[in-house]
Amino acid sequence: MKYVDEYRDAAKAKALVREIRRITTRPWTMMEVCGGQTHTIVKQGIDEMLPEGVRMIHGPGCPVCVTPLEQVDKALAIAADPNVIFASYGDMLRVPGSTTDLLSLKARGADVRIVYSPLDAVRIAREHPERQVVFFAIGFETTAPANAMAVWQAAREGIDNFSVLVSHVLVPPAMEAILASPSNQVQSFLAAGHVCAVMGWTEYEPIAAKYHVPIVVTGFEPLDLLEGMLMAIRQLEQGRAEVENQYARAVRREGNRAAQETIFRVFDIGDRTWRGIGQIPASGYHLKEAFARFDAERRFDVGDIATKEHPACISGEILQGTRTPLDCTAYGVLCSPQRPLGAPMVSSEGTCAAYHGAGRGLRPAARPLTVLAGTATASPPVTAP
Amino acid sequence: MCLGIPGKVIEIRDEGGLAMGRVDFGGVRKEACLAYVPEARVGDYVIIHVGFAISMVDEEEALRTLELFDQMGDLVQQELATMGPGMTAPAVVDIGPARSPDATT
Amino acid sequence: MSGMPPDRAAADPIAATCPAPLEERQRVLLGHGSGGQLSAALMRDVIAPALGAASPGGPLNDAALVDVEGHRLAFTTDSFVVSPLVFPGGDIGELAVNGTVNDLAMMGARPVAISLAYVIEEGLPFDELRAITESVARAAIAAGVRVVTGDTKVVGRGAADRLFVNTAGIGIVPDGVSLGADRAIPGDVVLLSGPIGLHGVAIMSVREGLEFEVEIASDTQPLHRLASAVLAVAPDAHVLRDPTRGGLASAVNEIAAASGVGIELDEDAIPVPGPVRAACEMLGLDPLHVANEGKCLAILPAARAGAALAAMRALPEGDGAAVVGRVVGDHPGMVTVRTIVGSERIVDMLVGEQLPRIC
Repeated sequence: MKYVDEYRDAAKAKALVREIRRITTRPWTMMEVCGGQTHTIVKQGIDEMLPEGVRMIHGPGCPVCVTPLEQVDKALAIAADPNVIFASYGDMLRVPGSTTDLLSLKARGADVRIVYSPLDAVRIAREHPERQVVFFAIGFETTAPANAMAVWQAAREGIDNFSVLVSHVLVPPAMEAILASPSNQVQSFLAAGHVCAVMGWTEYEPIAAKYHVPIVVTGFEPLDLLEGMLMAIRQLEQGRAEVENQYARAVRREGNRAAQETIFRVFDIGDRTWRGIGQIPASGYHLKEAFARFDAERRFDVGDIATKEHPACISGEILQGTRTPLDCTAYGVLCSPQRPLGAPMVSSEGTCAAYHGAGRGLRPAARPLTVLAGTATASPPVTAP
Repeated sequence: MCLGIPGKVIEIRDEGGLAMGRVDFGGVRKEACLAYVPEARVGDYVIIHVGFAISMVDEEEALRTLELFDQMGDLVQQELATMGPGMTAPAVVDIGPARSPDATT
Repeated sequence: MSGMPPDRAAADPIAATCPAPLEERQRVLLGHGSGGQLSAALMRDVIAPALGAASPGGPLNDAALVDVEGHRLAFTTDSFVVSPLVFPGGDIGELAVNGTVNDLAMMGARPVAISLAYVIEEGLPFDELRAITESVARAAIAAGVRVVTGDTKVVGRGAADRLFVNTAGIGIVPDGVSLGADRAIPGDVVLLSGPIGLHGVAIMSVREGLEFEVEIASDTQPLHRLASAVLAVAPDAHVLRDPTRGGLASAVNEIAAASGVGIELDEDAIPVPGPVRAACEMLGLDPLHVANEGKCLAILPAARAGAALAAMRALPEGDGAAVVGRVVGDHPGMVTVRTIVGSERIVDMLVGEQLPRIC
């Protein structure tokens, strides 16, 4: 695949790792804020290739994981309505609410459908005027232009049986919340490449300056991630704190203007609660008053939702990067991808699911994982943290 | 977040005021909304996320990044080539105990 | 920090009482049919215990070996519930015959006869039923088996997804052949007869709500000739297995667990056609977990690998055959894969249903 395969080349990966090792003189802690990046890092074992002392903390980059429990419970209440066709991205189907999940509801007869694009949900509404069609509009800024377009189209065509349950979250406020926290250990960020393809990177410049942290806009393939890490470490070693762009083939400083225009035609910025973290001001999108009639929360009376997280789940600390799944007493025992207790175990991007899928901490390593096949250096093998 | 993959635009059309198209991902073709890449032409590469093109792929930048990787690889090859028997490739400098995360340079 | 998890015994006993209503854990989900961990759990926790002494137990193989007065018969059954009934590269009729023939072939048996049972939803047009049955006939003749018995039931609208097919098959296992999922030993080589992911992607491409164009057809085909060709040069082969639901990863994991060995795969040796990779990238799926219908894994002594590979490649069914890994004594029960970028990770069985993702 063009523009994909070239960024997975083993020889080039080795070259990048060698260069990282050559320039690293002290320990550094970095965070990536994108589930897709977490997925590649863990699946390809990239963090295990880094020099001893360089640590990647996996940030709250999985919108599935941070969708507030309340929104999940509302989704479940709405989906249980026999007149509703509930459309969602596949990721949300297994996320546990307080008592159940969408997949289980589907097993009990609810009309829950997976869609690939939000326009598919609008199409379902067009084809079934007699039913209510509700779309679960989750995501970071990357998905906002698509979700906004669905509402925009429905409004233009007068598709009144369509509504959206919105749960959008924004990256820059989350980064600030992490940096401002007294227990923060993050010294540098890899910014989410596709979020920035939409929004550009101007919002990160004040953050880099205020907290003196390098921020590198990074792509998703193994070579992108390694290059992003290299650029971040180079800045750290040189004492710089700038915003740089590794993902130059897809991201420009101003982002995608057309997409931003549609987002702000449909959404306002507002406060959002992040599951496992709590409320972060001005960290989410809500439908503008002009589109209030498409807001599923107003259309459906979902009553009082009393949310309840599983007591053993430490997803909050996982999402903030202060603990790892290996610190969790439920990990691999009570909590696994088949029976997730919390969101980071559900989404394949979630830190817990990524660890579990790669077998980390589940069984003692029979032998230390070789850092890089064929490496000439005598550096000690890096075992899973 | 977020699964965005590059694909080649092979068809563009207007569907009720919305720019739609067909995109080829190395052998798989799917419909996508091109409203956010008004400058896209047939043959261009775009990044598709949930059925929407969110960005164009800049071929020049893509090539430049790859060339950089190549150069880096060459440098390493040269280093290895100049090493004699008994020499080891450059190892990481011994880091010592972890420093406080608040320490700056 | 060591790789060992904190002491599990210290886990809060109250937390062990899951607050989720038990009924969610007591119903069959779609995922239980995916061929991955949930399917295995259903068998282990519900079905096998209920069968109890009525079942001989032992490792789960593609077909059972039944001793009938000195002859070893292979006996298998399978149900086919694929939707849509017709897909690029085949239909449910062809799938049913090939699936059953393959289960027999993987035990080293020469397929002899199959049964055919239909559960038909009221309203299915005759033409469709006729077309599917003609596919059954074509596939049976191609595989050298006869359909010797059958059954037909009709259920009301909504009670079956248009058509469900069940087949059972018998075959004869020649002397000297001893295959089984529990027979892999360290030092063995893992061969794969060709590219993976074709069937799953072909089905997904016509799945409602997903629809994409792809020049891929299901790889459904009978593998009995391939199996015999391999056994002819490697009669001491240890395992033959056709990875179906749950993909290559699930099949290899089952073998590793049954044999109590570790298996290491090489990601860049596993043949994945370009369009399968592209579809998986688009949907966020792992090709190792995507279903196949016409591929064969062979695990055999290293000394036989060359000859077995050549035997596979000499047949059209073995086009693209490759060595994809090895059996080791390390990490018993676990499968690892060496990735393209050179690192190593564990690859697990599929958990439930494969769901496309956006993240």
